[in-house]
Amino acid sequence: MNYRMIGFSLGRILFTEGILMGISLLVSLFYQDGAASYFIPAILLCLLIGGILGLRPPKNTAIYAKEGLITVALAWVFISAFGAIPFYLGGLGSLADCFFETVSGFTTTGASILVDVEIVPNGLLFWRSFTHWVGGMGVLVFVMAILPMSEGNGMHLMRAEVPGPAVEKLVSKMSDTAKILYGIYFVMTIVEILLLVAGKMPVFDAVIHSLGAAGTGGFSSKALSVGAYDNPYYDVVIGVFMLLFGINFNLYYFILIGRIRDFFRSEELRTYLGVVAVSVIFITINIFSLYGSVFQSLRHAFFQVSSIITTTGFATTDFNLWPPLSKAILVMLMFIGACAGSTGGGIKVARVVILAKAAFADMRKMLHPNAISTVRFEKKLQDEKTIRSVHLFLSVYLLVFCSSVLLLSFEGFDLVTTFTAVASCINNIGPGLEIVGPMGNFSEFSAFGKILLSFDMLVGRLEIFPMLLLFSPSVWKRRRKKIPKN
Amino acid sequence: MKIVIVGIGKVGLALVKELSAEKHEIVVIDQDPAAIRNVVNIYDVIGLVGNGASYHVQTDAGVSDADLLVAMTDMDELNILCCLLAKKLGVNHTIARIRNPEYEKQLRFMRNELGLSMAVNPEKATAREIARILRFPSAVKIESFSKGRIEMVEYRLGEKNPLDGVRLSELYKSVRVKVLVCAVARSEKIIIPSGDFVLRADDRIYVTASSAELEQFFRNLGIFKRKASSVMIVGASQICHYLAQELSDMKLELKIIDQDEKRCVKMGEQFPKAIVIVGDGTDNELLMEEGINNTDAFVALSGMDEANILMAMNVANLHSCKVIAKINRRSLVNLVSKNHMIDSIVSTRAVTTDLIVQYIRAMQNTSDSQVKTLHRIVDESVEALEFTVTKAFPYRNIPLKDLPLKNGLLIAGIVRQNGAIIIPSGQDMLYENDDVIVVTTDTSLRDLNDILKKGGFFS
Repeated sequence: MNYRMIGFSLGRILFTEGILMGISLLVSLFYQDGAASYFIPAILLCLLIGGILGLRPPKNTAIYAKEGLITVALAWVFISAFGAIPFYLGGLGSLADCFFETVSGFTTTGASILVDVEIVPNGLLFWRSFTHWVGGMGVLVFVMAILPMSEGNGMHLMRAEVPGPAVEKLVSKMSDTAKILYGIYFVMTIVEILLLVAGKMPVFDAVIHSLGAAGTGGFSSKALSVGAYDNPYYDVVIGVFMLLFGINFNLYYFILIGRIRDFFRSEELRTYLGVVAVSVIFITINIFSLYGSVFQSLRHAFFQVSSIITTTGFATTDFNLWPPLSKAILVMLMFIGACAGSTGGGIKVARVVILAKAAFADMRKMLHPNAISTVRFEKKLQDEKTIRSVHLFLSVYLLVFCSSVLLLSFEGFDLVTTFTAVASCINNIGPGLEIVGPMGNFSEFSAFGKILLSFDMLVGRLEIFPMLLLFSPSVWKRRRKKIPKN
Repeated sequence: MKIVIVGIGKVGLALVKELSAEKHEIVVIDQDPAAIRNVVNIYDVIGLVGNGASYHVQTDAGVSDADLLVAMTDMDELNILCCLLAKKLGVNHTIARIRNPEYEKQLRFMRNELGLSMAVNPEKATAREIARILRFPSAVKIESFSKGRIEMVEYRLGEKNPLDGVRLSELYKSVRVKVLVCAVARSEKIIIPSGDFVLRADDRIYVTASSAELEQFFRNLGIFKRKASSVMIVGASQICHYLAQELSDMKLELKIIDQDEKRCVKMGEQFPKAIVIVGDGTDNELLMEEGINNTDAFVALSGMDEANILMAMNVANLHSCKVIAKINRRSLVNLVSKNHMIDSIVSTRAVTTDLIVQYIRAMQNTSDSQVKTLHRIVDESVEALEFTVTKAFPYRNIPLKDLPLKNGLLIAGIVRQNGAIIIPSGQDMLYENDDVIVVTTDTSLRDLNDILKKGGFFS
C-alpha cells in the first residue's frame, strides 16, 4: 500500500479545503457577523497540515484500486473532521454534533442537529451550505479539476466518488472531465441564484438555497426551510432546479456538444421523470382534501416529490402530517434516489431499472428454462458482471441499512423515526418522518447515534464499499518484513 | 493532440503508455471489454468497446475532430477499413498496422487513393533492425542519424577492456579517434556524462561518430568484428522471412532451423540459397553439426520469448558468436539485459512503438524545428533525437559551452549543411540548417528550443 501517496492526496485535499473555508471567511467578514474568529484557526490548521503533506509528490505515485478506495474514504472523513472546527468553535454543539453537521453537509444529506438555525451567523450558514456544493460533485473531483494529482491513475479515485453503477469520462483526460463537470455545475448554480434574486429573494438566502439545491443537500437558512417564504415562484424555481441537479451530468455534456437527441433518449432520464410524474399525480389526489385547491396540492406535491427523489430534503410544508399513502410514496422515493452521475443520493434510478429488468429476465427464464434472456439498459446489453455488481450493491446496502436500524433502535425512539432516520441518512436526504420530520431535527439522538448516522451518510454518499473497506483488516495488513538472508 | 487508437494489444498498450505520458488526448477502441477496462484503469484515457471500423463507434469516439487514428488490431483488413473510414470522417493522419506482404505491395496505391499516411509492418521493421545490427556486430545496437552519416552504437565494456578507468576528457589519447560518449548505463543508473566521468568495466556506453570513425574506434580498441558473413536463425517465422530477404540482399550465408517441417519447406522454396534444417534449436548436437562454431551470428526468432532467451543464452555460453534474441515482453527484456549474456535484444513491440511515436512527434512540429529521427536507447529510458536548426532557435552562432542547456542533456553530433560531420566540443557552434543530435533523459522534447533551460517568468 502506497501510504505516502495517500498522505499526499489527503494533504492536497485538506489544502483545498482550507482555501474553500477562506471563501466562507470572506462571507463572514462581509456580513460582520463575528464568525471570522471561528474560521481563522481552522483555515490555518488545514493549510498547515495540507501544505506539509501535499508539498511535493512522493517518488512513487502509482496507486491502484486499493489506494484509490482508501484515499476517497479517508478524504471524506478528514474533510468532515476539519470542516467541523468552525462549527465547534462557534459553539453550535458538542464534537459529535459538529461532526454530524459537517458530514451531513459534505454528503449532501442536509440532516441537521441545529434547533434554531436562524440565530447562527451568516458565515457559518454559508460554510454549511457550501459543503453541500463541494460535496455534491465530489471533493476529489474538485481537487482533480484544479490541482494535478497522480499521473493517470485518477480513475480509481473518480470511480469511488462519482455515484452510479458505471462511471464514464466525458473526455479522455481526467482533469478536463472534472473541469467540464464543475463548469456545468457552476453555471447551473449561478442561473438558479439569478432566478431566485429576480424573484426578490434576499441575495444571501438565494445563495444558500441554490447551493443546497445544486448539491441536492437541503440545508436552509430558515427553520421552516423553503416553506418560510410561502412563495409559489420560489417553490417552482427550486423544485425544477432540484430535479435538474438530479439528472446525470453526462447528459448535460451531450447538450453542450449538440447531441440533444441523446439527452432525451436516455432511458434513465425518462424513467426518472416518469416516476416523478406518477408520484406527483398520486400525492396531489391524496392530499387534495388537506389543501382544498388543485393548485396548492400540486405545488406542494411537486416540490416535496422533487425534493425527496433528488435526495435534497427541502420542504415547503410539513409532510409528516400527510396521509399514509403520500408518506409511503415519499419513503419509496427516498430509496430510489436520483440518476447516476448526478449530485443526488439513494440507490439511483439506473440501478433500480437494471434490478427490475434483471428480475423480469430471470422470471422469464423460469418459464422457459432454455431461453436466452438478456438485460438491456440505455440500449446496451448489460453483461453478467454489471448485473451481479448491482445485486451485490443492493444486498450490502440492505445489510448496512438493517444493522443501522437495529443499532439505532437502542436509542429508544419509535420505529418510524428510527427507520426513516437511517433511510434519510443513508440515502443522503435529510428529513425523515416523525421526530426527524421536515420540521424536526436530529439533535435528540445520543453521540453514539450521531456517529452511527454520520457513518451511514458517508456510506451512502460513497456508495458503500470505500467506507466498508476502511474497516476491513486485509486492507491495512502490513506484509511481514523480509527475513534477511542468513 | 487528439489521437484515436483502435486495437489494444501489446503494441497498442505500449503506444498508449508512451502517448499518455506525452499528455495527448487519447481515445482507445477495442472489441474486448476486459482490455478496455484494463487500459482505462491504468492510463488517463477514454475507452470505447466496439468495432473500430463501425461508423457509429468512430463518431462516438469523436474521430472527426481527432488529429490521428492508429489502427493496431490484428487484422489487416480491419485496420485498412478503420483508416479509410476515419479519413472520410475528416482525420488528416492515419496509421495502420499491415502485416500481409500482399497488401504491402499496394502500399503506394493505398497511400494515394485511400489516404493512408503510414503503414507499419512490425515484423518487417524488426527484421530491418536485426539486419542493421548484423552489419556492425561489434556493437550491441546501432542507430543511425542524418541518413546514416552519423551513427550511435551501444557497446558494453567487458572485463580487461582498455577503456576501463579512462577519463572521458582523455578518451582521444587512448583511442586516437574523435568519438563522443553520450550516455552511460552503470548497473541501474543512467548517466549523461561530462568530461570528468571515468569509465569502468561493465558500463554500457553509447558512442556517436561517423561510420568510418566508428569502425576505426573499434579497430583501435582491438575488438572490431567484421560484418557478419554467416548467420544462423532459429524459428522460421514471418520475421525470419523478412530477415532472410534482407540478408540475402547482403549476400550472407544463411541457415534456418525450425521444428515444423511445413514451414521449413516453405522457407526453402522461397530462399533456395539458404540451408533450411528441420530440428530443435536448443539441441547442442544439432547446432554443432550445423557448424555453430564457424557462424558469425545466431538469431533466436521463435514465437516464444522464453524459448528465445534460453536458446540465446545456451549459444552465448558455449560459442563466441554474436547472439541476438527477439524478446517482446518488457519485464523479460529488463531481466535478461541485466546479466549481459545475450549481446543484442530486439523487440517487435518497441520497434513498432518507436516508429509510430516518431511519426507523431514529427507531426506535431510542422513549422518549427522538428524531430527528424528518434531513437530510444538504454532500455528505452534515454532518447536520442535529431532536429534541424531553424530560425526559431535563438542560440545560433554561439559556442555550445555558452548554451543554457537543461541538465541530463547532451549535444552528441552536428551535421552541417554541406555534409560535414562534427563531433562537438564546447567551441563548436550551431548554424541554421544544421542537423543536430541531442541525447537526453528527458523524454518529452518536442522542439529544439526544449533543450534550453526555462529561465524566469518572461522567457
